Amino acid sequence: MLLSVEDIKKSFRSAGSVVDILRGVSLTLDAGETLALTGESGSGKSTLLHLVGGLDAPDSGTIMLDGQDITTLDDAGRAALRRAQVGVVFQQFNLIPSLSVADNIAFQARIAGRYDPKQSAEMAARMGLAEQMRKYPEQLSGGQQQRVAIARTLAARPRLVLADEPTGNLDEATADDVLDLMVEMTKASGAALLMVTHSERLAARLDRRLHLRAGAVA
Amino acid sequence: MTPTVLRALFSHWRRNKLQLFTLLAGLALATALWSGVQAINAEARASYDAAAATLGEGQFDQIVRADGEPIAQADYIALRRAGWLVSPVVEGRLNGQRLVGLDPLTAPGGLGPVTLEEGSDVSAFVTGAGQVFAQAATFAALGPTEATQVISPDVAPGTILTDIGVAQRLLGAEGQVQRLLVAPDQPLGQPSLDEITDGLVRQVAQGGSDVGRLTDSFHLNLTAFGFLSFAVGIFIVNGAIGLAFEQRRSVVRTMRALGVPLNWLILLMCFELLLFAVIAGAIGVALGYVIAASLLPDVAATLRGLYGADVGGTLQIRPAWWLSGMAIAVGGTALAAGAALWKLARMPLLAAAQPRAWALSGGKALFWQAGAAVGLLLMSVLLGVFASGIAAGFGLLASLLIGAALALPLILSAILSVARKLARGPVAQWFWADTRQQLPGLSLALMALLLAMSANVGVSTMVSSFRLTFVGFLDQVLNAELYVYTADEAETATFLQVAEPLANAILPLMSTDRSIASLPAELFSARDEQTYRDNWTFLQSVSQPWDVLARGEGVLINEQLFRRADLALGAMVEVAEGVTLPVIGIYGDYGNPIGQAIITEELFQTLYPEVQPTRFGVRIPAEEVQSLRTALKEAGLADANMIDQAGIKAFSLEVFDRTFTVTTALNILTLAVAGFAILMSLLTLAALRVPQLAPIWALGITRRQLGFYELCRAMLLAVLTAAVALPLGLALAWVLLSVINVEAFGWKLPMFVFPAEYLRLGLFALVAACIASAWPAIRLARTPPAHLLKVFSNER
Amino acid sequence: MNVKLAAAGFVLWSTSAWAQGFAGLGQTSEGFSDPTPGYSFVFPDDHAAHPEYRIEWWYLTANLADEHGTPYGLQWTLFRSALAPRATDGWDSPQIWMAHAAVTTPDGHYVTERFARDGVGQAGVTATPFEAWIDEWHLRGSSFDTMEMRAGGPEFSFDMSLVASGPLVFHGDEGFSVKSGEGQASYYYSQPFFDISGTLETPEGRIAVTGNAWLDREWSSAPLSENQTGWDWFSLSFEDGTKLMGFQVREGADAGYTYASWIEPDGALTPYANGAFRAEPLRTSDVGGRDVPTEWRVVLTEQGIDVTVTALNNDAWMDVSVPYWEGPVRVSGSHDGVGYLEMTGYE
Repeated sequence: MLLSVEDIKKSFRSAGSVVDILRGVSLTLDAGETLALTGESGSGKSTLLHLVGGLDAPDSGTIMLDGQDITTLDDAGRAALRRAQVGVVFQQFNLIPSLSVADNIAFQARIAGRYDPKQSAEMAARMGLAEQMRKYPEQLSGGQQQRVAIARTLAARPRLVLADEPTGNLDEATADDVLDLMVEMTKASGAALLMVTHSERLAARLDRRLHLRAGAVA
Repeated sequence: MTPTVLRALFSHWRRNKLQLFTLLAGLALATALWSGVQAINAEARASYDAAAATLGEGQFDQIVRADGEPIAQADYIALRRAGWLVSPVVEGRLNGQRLVGLDPLTAPGGLGPVTLEEGSDVSAFVTGAGQVFAQAATFAALGPTEATQVISPDVAPGTILTDIGVAQRLLGAEGQVQRLLVAPDQPLGQPSLDEITDGLVRQVAQGGSDVGRLTDSFHLNLTAFGFLSFAVGIFIVNGAIGLAFEQRRSVVRTMRALGVPLNWLILLMCFELLLFAVIAGAIGVALGYVIAASLLPDVAATLRGLYGADVGGTLQIRPAWWLSGMAIAVGGTALAAGAALWKLARMPLLAAAQPRAWALSGGKALFWQAGAAVGLLLMSVLLGVFASGIAAGFGLLASLLIGAALALPLILSAILSVARKLARGPVAQWFWADTRQQLPGLSLALMALLLAMSANVGVSTMVSSFRLTFVGFLDQVLNAELYVYTADEAETATFLQVAEPLANAILPLMSTDRSIASLPAELFSARDEQTYRDNWTFLQSVSQPWDVLARGEGVLINEQLFRRADLALGAMVEVAEGVTLPVIGIYGDYGNPIGQAIITEELFQTLYPEVQPTRFGVRIPAEEVQSLRTALKEAGLADANMIDQAGIKAFSLEVFDRTFTVTTALNILTLAVAGFAILMSLLTLAALRVPQLAPIWALGITRRQLGFYELCRAMLLAVLTAAVALPLGLALAWVLLSVINVEAFGWKLPMFVFPAEYLRLGLFALVAACIASAWPAIRLARTPPAHLLKVFSNER
Repeated sequence: MNVKLAAAGFVLWSTSAWAQGFAGLGQTSEGFSDPTPGYSFVFPDDHAAHPEYRIEWWYLTANLADEHGTPYGLQWTLFRSALAPRATDGWDSPQIWMAHAAVTTPDGHYVTERFARDGVGQAGVTATPFEAWIDEWHLRGSSFDTMEMRAGGPEFSFDMSLVASGPLVFHGDEGFSVKSGEGQASYYYSQPFFDISGTLETPEGRIAVTGNAWLDREWSSAPLSENQTGWDWFSLSFEDGTKLMGFQVREGADAGYTYASWIEPDGALTPYANGAFRAEPLRTSDVGGRDVPTEWRVVLTEQGIDVTVTALNNDAWMDVSVPYWEGPVRVSGSHDGVGYLEMTGYE
């Protein structure tokens, strides 16, 4: 088992009151598996994804990734986790504006110490970005930017790919293409994919789905 | 409509308090430095004027008793009745203050607080309990007097002026006067002094050393500083206004869409800015007062020591100074806001209202900036090579500085892109690329830093070069151990009789005023003495100039004459009616406003037999100076007419160190302003930075590291800016020393470089950048993850 | 009458008076004595200073000629101006002294000015022996009839001997001289019969000269009314030995108040009240940018006088602290002669 999440709780302080976002969520994910996290806005699905990615720490519960409890890590430990084992694709602002497409794709692989120029180039080609390598993020369309983000994540060959509404800004046809590519590439590299979406249509294209409602598994 | 629109406009500042603070603080700082420096200058000038106007020292010859005792009033009357137009001065100390009593009816040239010409209240001054005139601080030290106290900022500091009768009464010195001022024009048929009374000597006014003129070069430094500080401040204000207007584009568009006329909107914005300018100006002038008040004692000490100019240690509030401070604040705001208002006025109603990242220079703007920079730098080269005149000098200065400031972002961008190409690791590459991307947002602050640093390099180079040169010059000019002035032939004979057996050599100095090459000048004699050969250095000379001079076959001229009259070596100069000699050497003569020429003593005596030497340099072992002085005093020479060299030198050096105090204080202040500019730019950019940094963070770089990179970035940019500032500052120093000085004062100062000084300055800049970026960096390191995550989600 | 010159000393009195210029002579005079008719002069005491009056002067002008007959003029004037009606020893004496001296040649006009404090010996006037002095200048003699005179400046000097060939004459009502319709007046007497000889030294050289001098003595406390703005004063000596002193005190552009004294060679004096004496400018000259009348028609019908008075040197401008015009003149017409002209209020 690659990922095991056990009874995770998380609350935020907002305008003086405490809001419980997650009230004890558990899930598991195997290598090569794809899982869709669905739910209403505010159901806690993005927060769960952030906790699994080591972008934030839970109030209680455990998250075992590849046999390691990541909830006990400090800031630096979580940063190392993000570099080495996890790849995250957000809905927007994924890219580093000061770097070219090629540098953006290579960036994560290089800091993870797994950079393979051939593999990166191949990934870019498969994403249809071969012509865009010298451009800068601001010169690309939204769909192209998302494809760069996915290529960057996959080029780093993480064990776990996390995606938060990665196609949310794209039209349906493009969204389907991008998702298909992501699923295919994830499976080909033996990684697992955890994707947050509110689209039933997209959720149906993954192996499994988990529906959250008000911070708990429905 | 107006209140509603104003409220909408002001709401921007309520929401962006930091921006408002930047705007006000930048403007206030700019005004403060400018008006502080102006205040110091104005105070010093007022003091010179007061001293010149009230004491007549250096302006008029004086008669004193040779034995230093007071002169009997009866002798004064005897002199007047013999046809000597002299005016009595009573002088003494009263509660530690200098009390000076004058007679307004006989004082030459309208000296004193009341003059007949101006029609002041002579009656109150000369009769009854009388009046005393002084600055408020002087009165505070003096305490109450029977005479009416009139506060008068124009009186020299620490000095009380009053009528001679009142002064005698206050000092208990009835029937005595300390000295007599000799009016420049005396009547015909005047008997000589010793025919009238014994024991009086006439001291000749020290010609040619007008204090105001000499100190001008010092004030020029201060003014340059004030101006550059102001420029730095205006860069800050320009940045703040530019950002504010950019961010308010959408508000402006909405209000126009709702029917508010554009002209009206612009008018209201002008009003808004005027209000800010007035507020910030008032704060600035008050701050300037604080700066001036705290620096003035050191400035005063410098001027007193360097030029003997007495400047008050306390500041007067002068209305003109307040007005000019406010004017500069309003003018600076107009300058800074002009472009923004112009853009706003031309903005189409339906233009994209989305705030663009401010000041992100597009290709076209960059092109123009590069063009302007190259044009200005080219112009400064042309001005440096071809133009002359002081206006051209300042034009050169301005085009050099502005051109360099405009070129700075381009230079930094080029350096960073090279570094980016050379960088290995991905984080390093990102760092360089990201730094380069930050340039447009930081460039105004960096330009400010550039100006501040180059001003510091330039001015400290100038001051230090001046010090070295001046000290060398003193060694050259003051080559005798003791200088003695004699009043007449009898005294000269006495002096020679006493001094000749004791001295190694006696160097008589004779001079006569004579126009040379149609310029006012003094012609001096020089005895053929080893002393001159040992000590004098020439800017240019033929070989063995002293031998040629001794043969009476040439003339030495000072640099002022060389430059103003365009006399090269070999040029023929008329030294007397029908006698012309070639120029055989040119020597530096710092601090003298007029031309000077030297011929050999024999020739001088042949040409001007009527001139008798009254000034002598005495070469004597240093330890015997005091005993010679004593011997001369016993022989009846006035101690006041002897000056010993060691004293002058020690004093001059001590004084220069005071100058450095002032320079260093101004250095730190301007750097602080530049540091403030960096801080404000970074804080402004911080909000824009979050989306740029969040992906890096998400990819596994800790916030602490990001903060550290931010710190490094600011310091890196500071170091690079310093690297550009160094040559610019040296160029500035060169312009000040070799162009402005020559045009303004007629002499060129050799330039020396002071690497240790520049290194220290670089460290200052680094510290300033470090302090300025510390807070934004710490803020970044402490950003909650949730805040960073918001970037990626829809709720943003 | 030379009142105007006293203005210079007089206005020292206050700033406001200074601003008013000659009009300041119309000021009131609290604490000071005022001249009254019927005064009996006592000599030699009255030749000395009268500190209880605000202003006073010893005013000498002379028409001179050298051996070739070239005409010259000179002026020696000592003014006293009181800040308060008393005199004491020491610096705080409220009396101030001012002096003007001038030499006029056909081609030049040389002027100098002195100021002095009272009470310390720098300037003063004593009666016995008579001496009026300031600095090295003096007018002195064992009696008022035989005197030595000296003055000088950076450009010129003169040394003169004076011998009176006639008596003192008293203007107006036995020396009580009215200056305006409102009654302002002064004590005023003259010695118009001095024979003078001596040496002038000017940039043009040293010149031995002889001629006639006219000494005016006058003191008062407020000699002008407020609306009087300036005056034109003539002292004329005709070839037949008769003399005329006449003045008009102008009120704005109007002729204002006039007075004249007709003096016979034996000193008999006939006063003429307001209106008898008339003076009209015939020609003006540009004197340093000012329009100054330098040729006049002077009429005193009662004595058959209708003459043209012409300046010897148009540029006789007295460029002193209170500037005015004063210089020698030539007289032609019904009578020929020489004289002095003083004009104020043209600056």
